[in-house]
Amino acid sequence: MTDAAIDTRDLAKAWGRTVALEALTMRVERGEVFGFLGPNGAGKTTAVKLLLGLARPTGGGGTVLGAPLGDRETRARIGYLPELFRYQPWLRAREVLALHCDLARIPGAARGAEIEAALATVNLAERGNDLVGTFSKGMQQRLGLGVALLGSPDLVVLDEPTSALDPVGRTEVRSIVRAVADRGATVFLNSHLLGEVERVCDRVAIVDRGRVVAAGRPDELGAEEGVRVVVAAASGGPRPAGGADAVDVAAAAAEVAARFGPVAVDGDALRVGCPPGSVPDLVAALVAAGVRLAEVTPVRSSLEDRFLEIVAADR
Amino acid sequence: MTTILRLTIVEAARRRLLWVLLALTIVSVAITTWGVARLVDLASADRAGLSPLQLALGVSQVLILAAFMFSFVLAMTGAFLAAPAIAGDVESGVVLALLARPVRRADVVVGRWLGLAIVVGLYALAAGLLEIAAVGAVTGYLPPNPLAASLQLAGVGIVLMTFVLALSTRLPAIAAGAIAVVAFGLAWMLGVLGGIGQFFGVAALEAAATVGRVLLPTDLLWRGTVFALEPPAVLLGSRIAGPAAQANPFFALAPLSGLEVAWVGAWLAIVLVIAIVSLERREL
Repeated sequence: MTDAAIDTRDLAKAWGRTVALEALTMRVERGEVFGFLGPNGAGKTTAVKLLLGLARPTGGGGTVLGAPLGDRETRARIGYLPELFRYQPWLRAREVLALHCDLARIPGAARGAEIEAALATVNLAERGNDLVGTFSKGMQQRLGLGVALLGSPDLVVLDEPTSALDPVGRTEVRSIVRAVADRGATVFLNSHLLGEVERVCDRVAIVDRGRVVAAGRPDELGAEEGVRVVVAAASGGPRPAGGADAVDVAAAAAEVAARFGPVAVDGDALRVGCPPGSVPDLVAALVAAGVRLAEVTPVRSSLEDRFLEIVAADR
Repeated sequence: MTTILRLTIVEAARRRLLWVLLALTIVSVAITTWGVARLVDLASADRAGLSPLQLALGVSQVLILAAFMFSFVLAMTGAFLAAPAIAGDVESGVVLALLARPVRRADVVVGRWLGLAIVVGLYALAAGLLEIAAVGAVTGYLPPNPLAASLQLAGVGIVLMTFVLALSTRLPAIAAGAIAVVAFGLAWMLGVLGGIGQFFGVAALEAAATVGRVLLPTDLLWRGTVFALEPPAVLLGSRIAGPAAQANPFFALAPLSGLEVAWVGAWLAIVLVIAIVSLERREL
């Protein structure tokens, strides 16, 4: 037994010879919004299916809300919006919600209020009596989100919840996710939309080829700060006779800059991983060493940059 | 389970299936009744009219032919209803949200099966009894056991529906439906071949027919239906004809034995268990 909302150890899944998940080890604390990031085919949806008992692991194991993976009773406390969201097209939106109230064993007396609250949350109150078959994709995804929120579940698993939504809808989903977390529930958000995850998640895990390759708070993961310095050639022109050109100057400047943080040289530019406070000292040191500076730009890598770096490094 | 059962019946109604079946039944009962009435009128106008025996023979044959057409319609209805019942939900993704709830997969299979059995069974009973009653009203001929005939006809539809439901836990809807249509035709053909085998004393053909009836008891139920529609005089004639009559798929010498009825029940239970195990092991 564990107190975590989700706790997996070396969780593995192979479909025949295809390995979808190699060895997933992660821990999601109760009450946090957890972003599960990864490129297409990284095993994100497979992991969700294993957590919900829709598929069986071929290795490893874990717990969800303290119970073994796939435990039937525990599923009453989980709301799930599948990546492939489809609901009975011949039912009305309210009837789909009523069906899921029934399946989730929500007491009869609470159902009416639950259904109306879900419809209001996902902005479908006016379309509640329309057939799902007449809904656009975005509206079906909203309905799916409403279905996942029924009965205030302890864990809400959202698999790419904004894939069919417009920018307004995406913003709304972010505030819905925050509201779920504010009432103390855990949100497991499966996404490849990094901006979305960066804004809403407390912690993220980047998964690639079925393994967690990085995990932490979004600002920690994307926190590589520093400065980009473009140097000029030693004396005026781009390649003066007898003088060092900009590339040579950059190589020399790198030695000076290395005192302030890790340095990456790219042609006539240096990227120095130093905290913002030491940028004036870095510039002064470079000038004192005779380096002529053409450009100094503060940089801060986004989660997206880090994601691309991490995934590229993994390949 | 009751949730899925209700859902299945609502689906049949919402997808206008129930109304289409009702309309088709009324049209086919009207056409056959009108046809039988015209035939009786025509035969009666000729010479001294029809003897009760001639009437019973003629009308019972028309009823058996109508029942044959209807058994085919029922089998196809069962197949077309059951083929997408689980496979369609898996293909569309509807099943993901459903099975992530605290439901047993067995409840999904049994709920689906019960819902479809109710739709197919009630349709078969209502349409069968209506046809017999309408023909009886215009000709005065009533087969010996209308209820048994309608029940066994319903059985044909339910057996094939169950078979397709089990297939649809693994196969795409279109494949499950196609296999069922072929299997139904094969079972019927094996029944005919078995009769011919009996007539010529070819043990292998008889054995093949028995195997066919054990594997898919639609032909068994069809013979039972025919028996319940035959007037006693036809039976007498058939008995005299001996094995020759058995080769004719529109004659039956005997009702289903107790063992055969029990096998149909056991077959349904076994196939349903296979369907449950198959869906429980299926990874989505």
